[in-house]
Amino acid sequence: MRQIKACKLPFLLFILTLCAVEARAQAPEIVPESIQIGLSTDRVTITSDFSGADLTIFGALDNADPMVARQGRYDVIVVLEGPARPVVVRKKTRVLGMWINTQSETFVNVPMSYSVATTRARQDITNTANYKQLALGAENVNITPYDRNGDPVTLEEFSNALRERKKASGLFSERIGGVQFLSQNLFRATLHLAPNVPVGTHRARAFLFKNGVFIKENSAQLAILKAGFEQRVYRAAQNHGFLYGIAAVLLAFVTGWLGRIIFRRD
Amino acid sequence: MGIYLPIAEMSVNMVVILAMGAAVGFLSGMFGVGGGFLITPLLIFYNIPPAIAVATGANQVVASSVSGALVHLKKGTIDFKLGTVLLVGGIAGSTLGAWVFALLRSVGQLDLFVSLVYVALLGTVGGLMLVESVRALQRARTGATPALRQPGQHNWIHRLPFKMRFRQSKMFVSVIPVLGIGAVIGFLASIMGVGGGFIMIPALIYILKVPTNVVVGTSLFQIIFTAAYTTIVHSTANQTVDIVLAFLLMVGGVAGAQYGARAGQKLRGEQLRALLALLVLAVALRLAFDLFVRPASVYSLTGL
Repeated sequence: MRQIKACKLPFLLFILTLCAVEARAQAPEIVPESIQIGLSTDRVTITSDFSGADLTIFGALDNADPMVARQGRYDVIVVLEGPARPVVVRKKTRVLGMWINTQSETFVNVPMSYSVATTRARQDITNTANYKQLALGAENVNITPYDRNGDPVTLEEFSNALRERKKASGLFSERIGGVQFLSQNLFRATLHLAPNVPVGTHRARAFLFKNGVFIKENSAQLAILKAGFEQRVYRAAQNHGFLYGIAAVLLAFVTGWLGRIIFRRD
Repeated sequence: MGIYLPIAEMSVNMVVILAMGAAVGFLSGMFGVGGGFLITPLLIFYNIPPAIAVATGANQVVASSVSGALVHLKKGTIDFKLGTVLLVGGIAGSTLGAWVFALLRSVGQLDLFVSLVYVALLGTVGGLMLVESVRALQRARTGATPALRQPGQHNWIHRLPFKMRFRQSKMFVSVIPVLGIGAVIGFLASIMGVGGGFIMIPALIYILKVPTNVVVGTSLFQIIFTAAYTTIVHSTANQTVDIVLAFLLMVGGVAGAQYGARAGQKLRGEQLRALLALLVLAVALRLAFDLFVRPASVYSLTGL
């Protein structure tokens, strides 16, 4: 057997070289596809009338195969991941008839928000193993427990609860069809910013799939900030808590006094 | 109409908050209480984080108490000396309360403790008030004259040392129970985000036997400063006062209070007390319901 293989090798090599040469001659543009995304702005400000918003991200495929594009076999998933912060998950159990927080697990590096937009339903793009490997999707995003040596069953339960609660609060979301191809290689992704979107540096990531195979990823940063007044109020509360408290009390005195003058009914 | 709250870091409906403030203001004007015991639970039902609801509620109470106390200032029904002594106790209690508040928050039992205190206190006060006012209503119907306070009747409170004379209230009483009442109410105020009027008024009437006409004014006067102190302590220690939320509540509250006060004048004292008792009991039941009925999700998330 070994011998047959050995003597066949030069022949095989010859054929392969031929093929390669031929391919280069036919389609010199076979370079792997890549993906680019661009944000129209690198900062979103939260003003006093903010009640959630849609964020549009444009992107393009480089070196897309027109054939594959026409058949709609390119898929794009765009993710907007919020800043990571530690989170405590608490569980209530029944004690003396009352529902009381009894157990808790701390997780570090939990993205405060995670919204996904896809071209199609997730299961139609690629398989679960791929999503898991890419840590893509709310159920796969990396969540590190503070106590790494904890009971894996408990950690699993609490991390699932964390994802479920985040979904319920609208901070983890998914929009099927949120990514649309505008032409063969230009696409637009629409992501939802929840009314309680966390401020900080968010990362937009775009994943390109071809026939269910992951090809390439690209990312861009986006800062979500409170607008001037909101930011000043927040800063004042954080850095000058005492003076802020005095200001709040003075405001209450003035409002109470003015209210008495304006609305008096006796 | 959405408005973004810079401290709570969330967007709320401005009309809902203004209406909430106005409704509570109306009731507080009608009954002569600050209304903190209604505002804080309402904010929590509206998904404002409890820590922010409590601190912001205290701030709102300052405005409604100032508004209410001005009426009593004009009528001369405030005992400043009694109010000041109550306040000294109140400040001590409030300091301790804010410390306990931060401790409970870090161990994750703040919500439970706040709910338990609310259920226990509102349930007790509401129940007692209801019984008392129903009896008064029955007496009024049968035409019997209510038993008047007899001047010579003293309880153990009046045998304590360190006596002080309060001219306006026509009292000569030890400062220990006065400071004690102030401290307990200050403690509760900083944990519950309330002024404590609904406990202060019965305590002054039944324990210290303060004449009814100066009770409400003195209580409001004292609450202004306890609530102001609570606001400042929470703001310094926990950074949980949302000034935008508080302002909306205040505007709704002071407007509603003036209309409520006029509506209150059309009702008789016992009727008012019975209605207030029912309201207090309703809030207690609603909170007890949350405590004893299985929540929609047994899990909750908090930042570190």
